[in-house]
Amino acid sequence: MSAQTVGDGSGADPEIVLSMRDVSKAYGDGDGRVHALRRVSLDVAAGEMVAVMGTSGSGKSTLLSIAGAMVTPDAGEVTVAGVPIEGASARGRARVRRELVGFVFQDFNLIPALTVIENVALPLDLDGASRATARSEARRALAAVGMRERGKDFPDDLSGGQRQRVAIARAMVGQRRLVLADEPTGALDSVTGDRVLSVLRSMADQGSAVVLVTHDARHAAWADRIVHLADGTILEEARAARPEQLLTGEPR
Amino acid sequence: MSVKQALLALLADGDRYGYQLRAAFEEATGGVWPLNIGQVYTTLDRLERDGLVSRSEADDARQVHYGLTDAGHQEAATWWTTPVELGSPSRDDAALKIALAVSMPEVDTARVIQVQRAAVLSRMQDLTRARHASGDRDSAWALVADAMIFRAEAEVRWLDHTAARLANGDIEPGADARAATTFSLADGHVAAESRK
Repeated sequence: MSAQTVGDGSGADPEIVLSMRDVSKAYGDGDGRVHALRRVSLDVAAGEMVAVMGTSGSGKSTLLSIAGAMVTPDAGEVTVAGVPIEGASARGRARVRRELVGFVFQDFNLIPALTVIENVALPLDLDGASRATARSEARRALAAVGMRERGKDFPDDLSGGQRQRVAIARAMVGQRRLVLADEPTGALDSVTGDRVLSVLRSMADQGSAVVLVTHDARHAAWADRIVHLADGTILEEARAARPEQLLTGEPR
Repeated sequence: MSVKQALLALLADGDRYGYQLRAAFEEATGGVWPLNIGQVYTTLDRLERDGLVSRSEADDARQVHYGLTDAGHQEAATWWTTPVELGSPSRDDAALKIALAVSMPEVDTARVIQVQRAAVLSRMQDLTRARHASGDRDSAWALVADAMIFRAEAEVRWLDHTAARLANGDIEPGADARAATTFSLADGHVAAESRK
């Protein structure tokens, strides 16, 4: 099944933030050569959340690394907010990563020597934003994930769920056009995990394009579309169907 | 869904007339399972016959109130301390269909699984969206929606597991027809039978 279609059909087509066309990637040589992705195409529009599911080795993390300009594909075209990734210099790709893309990883990647607010403000500091702007944006992002009071703490002072919310706040600052999340709930309990997903969902609702790699169907269900990767190709796609009655009762 | 047990539980909370019982039932379950008033009265009649419920004389508003007898109170209390009866696995339509697909070499079981998974995921998306939009405003509805989301997740995990076993060659299409032993799942009990 193809993954070419985008949007929900309401009004004008939303802008495509991530476009991947016939993207292929293989690792290794000779007999040990593994095709992580085979001519995969995927578009993600502004305001859209797409979940990528698949077993280990299905290519889902490779897809995310390519979308985030961290790995160069062997073939195919990738653009982020209209900026082509291939052919860009290492410096150009670094600029895309820093200015357009927010990353949320399983292992948080917070810097232990920096306070929570310094961690969150870091991408803006690197962009050359003023200290005051970076701080106020960081405070806003921390408030959005319910961590407003913890700005002065260090990552080691926080629980796993709190650290993950800080990592998400860091991905939110500067209104990243594209947010990439790789198993963002890791080993969090289900209630805390839902809170993390709810933040990602609201980032999409506020206009970011969000790509979530997960093996958890409950988390994937927060997305507008779910693509299933197997052996490096998109096998099937599920999308939110109809808001018509799901259960006989409706929330009051 | 045991309407009988639910009505007993509600009556343990105090006497009520038919329409009050129906309203209380729908309030407590988020309105997910609508109950018609005829069903309420037939159930009450049966409970009265079994000596679990008794009715009062009609009041000024000509409403007949129902209340629990001692046996009814006991029955209501027992319900909370006993597990809900577990359904027989033979009634799982998806399992039945995929088991049949595996037994027929000409059927592309992987494709059957894919179609089922996409449909379940799509339903989970709809449920999750409605659940997220409702927040915790309606806690009864949210609780029932959560139950459905978790059950659907279990189905997706089972489908993934089965697809992986099929892909690994752990399940051989058509092999069941030659199996020496079959397992019967009738009545929720597993019984091994040797085949001649």
